[in-house]
Amino acid sequence: MKFTLSWLKEHLDTSATLEEILRALNDIGLEVEGVENPAEKLNGFRIARVLTAAPHPQADKLQVLSVDAGDGPMQVVCGAPNARAGLVGVFGMPGATVPANGMVLRVAAIRGVESNGMMCSTRELELGEDHEGIIELPEDAPVGETFADYAHLDDPVIEVSITPNRQDCMGVRGIARDLAAKGLGALRPLDEVVAQLPQVSEQGAGPDVRTDDPEGCPAFYARAVRGVTNGASPEWLQRRLKAIGQKPISALVDITNFIMIGLGRPLHVYDMASLDGGLVARKAKAGEQVLALNGKTYTLAEGMTVIADASAVHDIGGIMGGEHSGAQDTTTDVLIECAYFTPESIARTGQALGLTSDARQRFERGVDPAFLDEGLDIATRLVLALCGGTATEVTRAGTPPAEKRVIQGYRPEMVDALAGMSVGADRQQSILAALGFAMEGGDSWKITVPTWRRDIHGTADIVEEVVRIEGLDKVPSAPLPRTPGVARPTATPLQLVERRARRAAAARGLNEAINWSFISENEAAPFGGGDWTLANPISEDMKVMRPTLLAGLLSAARRNADRGASSIRLFEIGRRYFRADDGSSDERLTLGILMAGEKNPRGWQSGKAQGFDAFDIKAEVIALLTAAGAPAARLQMMGEAGDAYHPGQSGTLRLGPKNVLAAYGVLHPRLARAFDLDGTVVAAEIHLDAIPLPKKAGFMRTPYAPPALQAVTRDFAFLVPQELEAEALVRAVRGADKTAIVDARLFDLFAGQGVPDGQKSLAVEVTLQPGEKSFTDEELKAIADRVVAAAAKQGATLRG
Amino acid sequence: MTDVTSMKDGLVADIAAADTLEALEALRVSALGKSGAVTALLKTLGGMSPEERQQQGPAIHDLRESVTSAIAARKAALEAAVLDARLASETLDMTLPVDLPPQGSVHPVSQVMDELAEIFADLGFAVATGPEIEDDWRNFTALNIPETHPARAMHDTFYFGDNARATGGDGNPAAMLLRTHTSPVQIRTMTSAPPPIRIIAPGRVYRSDSDATHTPMFHQIEGLVIDKGIHLGHLKWTLETFLKAFFEREDIVLRLRPSYFPFTEPSVEVDVGYTIEKGQRVIGGSGDAENGGWMEVLGSGMVHPNVIRNCGLDPDEWQGFAFGTGVDRLAMLKYGMNDLRAFFDGDLRWLRHYGFSALDVPTLSGGVGA
Repeated sequence: MKFTLSWLKEHLDTSATLEEILRALNDIGLEVEGVENPAEKLNGFRIARVLTAAPHPQADKLQVLSVDAGDGPMQVVCGAPNARAGLVGVFGMPGATVPANGMVLRVAAIRGVESNGMMCSTRELELGEDHEGIIELPEDAPVGETFADYAHLDDPVIEVSITPNRQDCMGVRGIARDLAAKGLGALRPLDEVVAQLPQVSEQGAGPDVRTDDPEGCPAFYARAVRGVTNGASPEWLQRRLKAIGQKPISALVDITNFIMIGLGRPLHVYDMASLDGGLVARKAKAGEQVLALNGKTYTLAEGMTVIADASAVHDIGGIMGGEHSGAQDTTTDVLIECAYFTPESIARTGQALGLTSDARQRFERGVDPAFLDEGLDIATRLVLALCGGTATEVTRAGTPPAEKRVIQGYRPEMVDALAGMSVGADRQQSILAALGFAMEGGDSWKITVPTWRRDIHGTADIVEEVVRIEGLDKVPSAPLPRTPGVARPTATPLQLVERRARRAAAARGLNEAINWSFISENEAAPFGGGDWTLANPISEDMKVMRPTLLAGLLSAARRNADRGASSIRLFEIGRRYFRADDGSSDERLTLGILMAGEKNPRGWQSGKAQGFDAFDIKAEVIALLTAAGAPAARLQMMGEAGDAYHPGQSGTLRLGPKNVLAAYGVLHPRLARAFDLDGTVVAAEIHLDAIPLPKKAGFMRTPYAPPALQAVTRDFAFLVPQELEAEALVRAVRGADKTAIVDARLFDLFAGQGVPDGQKSLAVEVTLQPGEKSFTDEELKAIADRVVAAAAKQGATLRG
Repeated sequence: MTDVTSMKDGLVADIAAADTLEALEALRVSALGKSGAVTALLKTLGGMSPEERQQQGPAIHDLRESVTSAIAARKAALEAAVLDARLASETLDMTLPVDLPPQGSVHPVSQVMDELAEIFADLGFAVATGPEIEDDWRNFTALNIPETHPARAMHDTFYFGDNARATGGDGNPAAMLLRTHTSPVQIRTMTSAPPPIRIIAPGRVYRSDSDATHTPMFHQIEGLVIDKGIHLGHLKWTLETFLKAFFEREDIVLRLRPSYFPFTEPSVEVDVGYTIEKGQRVIGGSGDAENGGWMEVLGSGMVHPNVIRNCGLDPDEWQGFAFGTGVDRLAMLKYGMNDLRAFFDGDLRWLRHYGFSALDVPTLSGGVGA
């Protein structure tokens, strides 16, 4: 919402400075977004008369002018076709900056002729689009005067951001009322503001209007003015509108904009000559079309409120008028519409059509339902003043919902309770009265809400009004009482799992990235597609809620590879999105890892650079699972990592057959290629939410004393079938004697010379822990026999 | 006598002159070996009379001990020389580089979330979470934003289609969407456990907006206190305390401005003062100072009675405050990044530069900033 200082002062009788006004606006919740004085950028531009104009000796299209800007003749080279002796225009003095292009004017030679400053066009001064020639002012414009003063441009333009609850401040008068309540002067009575306008003397019956849609348009007031002369509006009105960025169109249209911005009351004017009979507010039929004032044709849906005559729709009610019934320069009989449209209906229609307008903004926030007659009256008086004609009576179809809202049971001490500040009852009374509220009662007040404050519903709203005007800076800071008792952890167990996993990953050399939660359909496809697809994605690349973290990591890896990164170690902790059976969102906290490029760079010790392999990612997964608190010893290694991975170089880690804690491996080359990644890429996803949370019973550990006797180790080398998984053999060996064997570790793998075809040699180091006494030779032999027997069940034979 | 003495002097001098371990060993054998000169002399003691033994014995024993200790001393010296020579031959160029483990990093957003959790833990706030795919009721309606409310237009909402409806928080079928703020966690918290409530809720939020300063996904943190007798003064203190702890500056100055959020009443927008120091914007000091300004950092207010009622609580009994702010923005203000888009690009160079070491765990004792 933009307005000028002079426009504000038309409604607010104040001696406050601009600074004070800006501060007050911020303080009462009308946030100042900007303030600009157009005069400031026109420093050094004066009114000047062209004394003589002669052809430039070197250039056909240029003239050499002698210009008087109050200090005697100056020579100026000018290319404007309308430059001529006697013209009064705007002259930029040397040293002035041209607003449109930032150029600083200097004394310079143009094609060999000295030129001092410049005669300016409208566009160069950012006062309009005209660049056909230089500005032509009236003959009697005072030569030498500062142009900004002459053109009344020394009027700061203030832009405030109006929150959606404050429709009343979508008009200058509402802002003036708020400032008056804040103590920055007095709100001038509206009668006084419009006192100089002619009074209406009604002649003849009002126009034929009615509403057939009391839901969407409960009130449709209208009046005709016949015999008007339309055309450009007067200078003062054009200046007002231009200053705030509104384009003047014609007197009749400018009047409606003037009232909309000044008083927050949107209106619409129709050229009666283009209407086929009377006007009716009704619900649109599906498929009806209207060419709106913005030049676009809108196809309406059933139920949208429109204003139509017998043959056509003329207005998308309360949002935008139609092109062919709008006021023209030739209009002689005008119908002024002043209606009340239901905010919810306006919001729905506007959203459905994707159409915003100044009128919609005001109607959907809810204009003052008690300001129809007065708004129409002021509009009529302005039409009479600027365009002449005679006004008819007013036709009032329907009734606006103008009954006053009453809030019962307000007590002044509610300000203390909710805001923690004390404001005396008298002071509260005067604040509320200045804002238009009416109070009755003693300890408990009955408050009548002004009709223009649709946002006030309860006592909390009243407190806000008092606090807002009194000043939030007066709210004292009050320490939040400490929660009694012993401080307990405020993070959940899963949050702790996440933190540990994150820190462990970073400690292991992985860099944390944050990738988009949405990916493309193509990216989701290899992971079974996504359960959630956006209806209005920002682009096709961001359409599906990711079922995997790998797609984002792959994209990030590719961007890094494109930038020349030789070694890529990335991780992300975030959610994968699935749909639960009941349709709700099932979001699973996941740690994704991706490593590509060089594991180790070439080095003087290590030789050539090495890439990553399947066991590198397996190591990361086990390390991070352990750090996150998963029971490492109980993890089962299984297959079925999914289509994203190399079928022979991937696996899963599970607790039981169903609970997959992680999938990992070498990425399927097809997938890596789809992301333009060369070489081996390894990746994993750890399902953090699947890790069983520790059941904390207290701080006590299970009792333990280190054994007195030293553990002993024995090595066993087995020949096993090539396809036997090492883990199966090691697990069998470990389980051969549950009391004596405390660990079994594979330390050698060999196939080739000396090992029969189809077999491999696996060597296992077994750690034995004696109890009270050392093992006897017989005991050791018995354990060894059990180890060999257990291995034999897996198809292993002891190597001779 | 003189024979023994001169023998001793001769042997000790020979030992001292031995220049290899082998030569020393040969001397030892020739003196102390089975048929060595000293051994032979010792053997003569057996055949002596007690008087002779008493007279000659000490000199002979002294000879043996002197020779033995001279050999030991010389041996140690020769061995030390050998070791020195070996070590001298093993000299390495210790300026050669070593392979260090790769440097990992924690993303600034994660770090700041940890910092915030630590600061608010000290004030008794637990960390709460909720789904990012929310229902319309919890994201809007329960927060006092009905369907036609103009405030909905302020949120550029990502929706899932009509075939993705699910049961909303009020038990009715609801449109599903990506939460536009962390505020639905307020609703989830209030409807799941009785007050008093003190939570923060950090997480990802989404708006259909993408330009130089907006990304369609970003991070917010929500705070909620519901209790008896909580008022705006407590909100002001909490925000002051939080921002002072976060920026580790005592001179944090807040400016509270009335604003509008459908789910709070009164609603308060919070600006923090900054000063320009060496051309950079540094949080701290009054925004009204000559080289200062105000920056909007937080939206907040007293929880609207309708919201409390929507969650099944009695607004006459319970009241409290809520606030929300951008985590990415807080990170930018504290650590000086200027491009939000880089947060989500995964550029390793950026991650290493702006990221944090795994060991930079924010703690109250160690300071929450790193």
